[in-house]
Amino acid sequence: MPVFTSTFKNVLLGSTIFWFLFTTSIPHAHEFSGFVGADTRLFPNSALYSGQEDHSSSFVIQPEYYHEFESGSSFTFVPFYRLDSADKQRTHFDIREFSFLWLQNNFELRLGVRKVFWGTTEVLHLVDIINQTDLVENVDTEDKLGQPMLNISFSRNWGVWDLYWLPYFREKTFIGTGGRLRSSAIVETDLTQYESSAKKWHSDWALRYSHSFSDWDIGLSQFIGTSRDPSFIDGKNSDGTIVKIPRYEQIRQTSLDLSFVSGQWLWKGESLYRSGQGNDDYFAWTGGFEYTLARIWDSQMDLGVIGEWMFDTRGDNANTPFENDLAGGLRFSLNDAASTEALFSWTQDINSQARYLFLEARRRIGENLLLTTEFRAFLNQPSEDFLFEQRADEIINIELAYYF
Amino acid sequence: MKLIVCISTLLSLIIFNPSSGFSESSEEKGLAIAQEDDKRDNGFKDFTASMVMVLKNRQGEESSRNIKNKTLEVENDGDKSLSIFERPRDVKGTALLNYTHKTGSDDQWLYLPALKRVKRISSANKSGSFMGSEFAFEDITSQEVEKYTYKWIRDEEYQNEKCFVFERYPAYKNSGYTRQVVWLDKKNYKVVRIEFYDRKNTSLKTLTQSNFKQYLGKYWYPGTMYMENHQTGKSTLITWKNYKFNNGLGEKDFNKNSLKRAR
Repeated sequence: MPVFTSTFKNVLLGSTIFWFLFTTSIPHAHEFSGFVGADTRLFPNSALYSGQEDHSSSFVIQPEYYHEFESGSSFTFVPFYRLDSADKQRTHFDIREFSFLWLQNNFELRLGVRKVFWGTTEVLHLVDIINQTDLVENVDTEDKLGQPMLNISFSRNWGVWDLYWLPYFREKTFIGTGGRLRSSAIVETDLTQYESSAKKWHSDWALRYSHSFSDWDIGLSQFIGTSRDPSFIDGKNSDGTIVKIPRYEQIRQTSLDLSFVSGQWLWKGESLYRSGQGNDDYFAWTGGFEYTLARIWDSQMDLGVIGEWMFDTRGDNANTPFENDLAGGLRFSLNDAASTEALFSWTQDINSQARYLFLEARRRIGENLLLTTEFRAFLNQPSEDFLFEQRADEIINIELAYYF
Repeated sequence: MKLIVCISTLLSLIIFNPSSGFSESSEEKGLAIAQEDDKRDNGFKDFTASMVMVLKNRQGEESSRNIKNKTLEVENDGDKSLSIFERPRDVKGTALLNYTHKTGSDDQWLYLPALKRVKRISSANKSGSFMGSEFAFEDITSQEVEKYTYKWIRDEEYQNEKCFVFERYPAYKNSGYTRQVVWLDKKNYKVVRIEFYDRKNTSLKTLTQSNFKQYLGKYWYPGTMYMENHQTGKSTLITWKNYKFNNGLGEKDFNKNSLKRAR
């Protein structure tokens, strides 16, 4: 009995110390969070290219460690790993973030691997250029690879200035032989070419001025360096297979993004002027509106109506599917305990019958699980369209993730 | 002659300006109460606090949200606030920056941590639900005198406290309410109860606030806020913790850069 009591005491003491160490609210503390998930991808149509499968599953993990110092400066580490059953290229590791933020009275210095987003529109993220797209993750281009950088930011009453030095280039990830949502010839990243002899070690620079005043938010940016979008050269790999070889050119890009709010209307636009990509300079822009209605049909539900137009002066030569397209979307937020949300969008090519349908719905289960389903379809793609070779790749993606 | 001027001045005061003392209208009394309430709330400079919000549906199923809050008082305008979501975990790091204005619509930006994106959002939909709770955006943003017109109704005792009972009518567009009936305790100007009436003027919700604590020897803040929806049977209980004043916060803690690094 005394033995039991002393053990019990130790346990009690131990747990008290543990309790004190880990639950006392220290303002500059360690934080551990993130998610693990599993997904399954179903392709109702049979694959067009050999090696592709009609079904795949994958596992993903993205933990996050955050430490804030007493000064307000902080350290963040976010590794990422995905294991995919069908596509070797989709099985990949990345450091999404490994960065120090040095907080000073007059400026912020951010050093390390980070992610930065620029832009205002919903369908196409035109001016966003700092981070490379992790395309194997999702064709929506919203997943990004961690970018090594030194960023100094000055925030004043009349706006924020950001200067970026990007000393190392990240190559875009491309879907491999086993994966769907690719062209017939795969992109061979072993043969990647660069315009600059420094290749991946070319120093890229960016400068951005952003400001909010009354109902306006504007961002004016200049980027000089390696294009995040490669041009493609037809070639053969060591096996003699026909492949696409990515070539990264040196570009200069000036861009403007803005949003204007007026009552329930939110107007937004992005435009860019780029030189160095291909032989001709080009303009591209996208813009539109988002109109939000609260408590529709006497319920808690909010409805957002989205309309956007995308245009690229390169027309069909553009390495984007959105050279002259209109998109319409509806976003339902149920505002229930499970935070149920659904987004439906329809993107229509103005010059052809090509259209692209997208549906995403998400719902929380309990406190920590999130169920997301996505459906994408590329319809009526004419043979000259950017997405023609993906015409059979209608996809249903179901993901269940545990957030901790 | 002087006497005549005097009398006529007095007469004109009584006839044309009844507010000058003798008979205050219910509207003027209501406004005066609101102004006094606002005056007593002035000068807190800044505070930080955290809240736990428990949502309960008609079946009694519960779901909770944890939110950290920072507020900065702005002279001659509405407050600036930053709300940082901690739970549920899938929205952890999402943050809302709000600039309240005495007149005109508020400015709001939402930070989405997965995309690292700051998004301007329309603040016009004040009646929209905050995080799926029974609190609408218009219930949780800073309450400025100019946002309503007022009418004093009566004085009465509510839970052993002498209270003013007054109605206020939203003076801004897109409110979900026609009117609110407010119980304000006469001694410390604590809002202890609000009844909300929807656009059809039927009873919608009741807010009761309790566990008040006095901070800096002056300001009374509720520890719990309980909102009950009479039409749906759902309710939301907010519990406030860790109120801290005089953190030395400034404008630079409420801009887009600070929104991006908010934790």
